[in-house]
Amino acid sequence: MSFHTNKYYYGDYGEAKNGAADISAKGSAKEEWPLWEIFIRSKQGLDHKHVGSLHAADAAMAIENARDVYTRRMEGVSIWAVESKYIHASNPDEAGALYDPANDKVYRHPTFYDLPDEVKYM
Amino acid sequence: MEKTSEAFFQDKIDREIRIEPKDWMPEKYRQTLIRQISQHAHSEIIGMLPEGNWITRAPSLRRKAILLAKVQDEAGHGLYLYSAAETLGISRDEMYEQLHSGRAKYSSIFNYPTLSWADIGVIGWLVDGAAIMNQVPLCRSSFGPYARAMVRVCKEESFHQRQGFEILLTLSRGTEAQRSMAQDAINRWWWPSIMMFGPKDDESPNSVQSMKWKIKRFSNDELRQKFIDVTAEQVKVLGFTLPDPNLKWNKARGHYDYGAINWDEFWQVIQGNGPCNKERLEARKKAWEEGEWVRAAASAYTTKKNKRNTTVAA
Repeated sequence: MSFHTNKYYYGDYGEAKNGAADISAKGSAKEEWPLWEIFIRSKQGLDHKHVGSLHAADAAMAIENARDVYTRRMEGVSIWAVESKYIHASNPDEAGALYDPANDKVYRHPTFYDLPDEVKYM
Repeated sequence: MEKTSEAFFQDKIDREIRIEPKDWMPEKYRQTLIRQISQHAHSEIIGMLPEGNWITRAPSLRRKAILLAKVQDEAGHGLYLYSAAETLGISRDEMYEQLHSGRAKYSSIFNYPTLSWADIGVIGWLVDGAAIMNQVPLCRSSFGPYARAMVRVCKEESFHQRQGFEILLTLSRGTEAQRSMAQDAINRWWWPSIMMFGPKDDESPNSVQSMKWKIKRFSNDELRQKFIDVTAEQVKVLGFTLPDPNLKWNKARGHYDYGAINWDEFWQVIQGNGPCNKERLEARKKAWEEGEWVRAAASAYTTKKNKRNTTVAA
C-alpha cells in the first residue's frame, strides 16, 4: 500500500498555486505526528477562538496536549482540535476581488441614514 | 515584478499591518524569521535543563511546585514558538534536527551551570528579566504568528521573574551563608545575563534589516541599557551588589555607565565552548532518541485505529 501525503502548515492550507509546502520527502519528517489547530472557548457564552497549533498522534492526544499547552492558567472551558489539513482558507492574493462586493454598500450601515434629531430610540 | 511585491510588502510593514503566513514575503524575511523564532524556541526548551536540575532539590514543597510550574511554562513557550515557525514552512523535525546537529543556535546563557539554589533565584530575576526586556517589543513584531505567540509568552513570563526575585529576597534576609550564596550567584550570572541581548549594535549583522522589517523594534544596546538601568536599582532592594566596578549613574546621559563586556567569552559560548554546551545538547538528543519508540507507537496505534474504523464503516 502506498499513499502520498502533503504536509500542511497552519496558515498554509491553499489548494491553488500557493499549495501546501510539501516537505514529506525528507526522511524522518514523514513520521512526524500531524499538526492540529486548537480553538479554545474561554468561558461559557463565548465563541471558540483560534489559539495556535500543536502536533499529536490523534484527536484525543491533541486535546490533552492542548490542555497542557494552552490552558495552564484556566484560559478555557472547552477545546476544539481540528487537523490542520482539513482547514480551507481564502487566498490573501484574491482578497481585493473577494471582498469587493461589500466595499460600495455603505447603505448597509445604520450611520448611512440621516434622521432628524427629534427621532429618539432608533 | 519582484520589486513591486517588495515595495508593497514594505509599505504594509510601514503602515503597521501585520504579515500573515500566506502573504507574500521576501525570502530573506522568511529565513530571518525562521532563524530567529526557532532559536528562540530552542532557547526555551534548552532553558528547562539548568532549572530542571534543581526541581528535586528545591528547599520546600512550595518552591518545588513553583519551579515545576515555571519549567512547564518554558516547555509551553517552546511549543508556541515552534508552531509559529512552522507557519513559515519549516517542519518541527527539521528544527529539532538543526538543534541536535548543532547547526541552530540557542541563547548562550543556558550553557552556564546552576551550582546552587540561589542560581534559581538569579535565573528568574536576571535571565528572565533580560528575556522579558527582549520579548515585550516582540509582541509588536511584524509577523502575526510570532507576535501572537509572544503576547502569550510575556503574560506568563512575569511570574517567572517575580518568583526569582522573591527567592533572592528570602535569601537576603537569611543567614550569612545564604547571603553569600546569593551574592556568589549574582556575580556568576550578571555578565552572561547582559550578554543575552546579543552583540553590540555595530557588530550585530542581522539587526539593521530586522529593524527595517519591524521584526525587532529596539537595538541590542538600547535594550541592554534599559535592563542595566532597571536592575541596578532593583539590586539595592536586595542589599546585594552587581559585580561591575564601573557601574555608575551618569547624570548627563540619564543612564548607568557600565564596564566592558567580555565579548570573547560570548562568542566562545555561542560557538559551542561554554561550560555546559555539550551536556545540554546531549540531554536533548538523548530525550529525542529515547522517545523515538513512544512516537512510533502512538503513530502505529492511530494507524491501527483508523484502519479498524474504515473496516467497520465498509
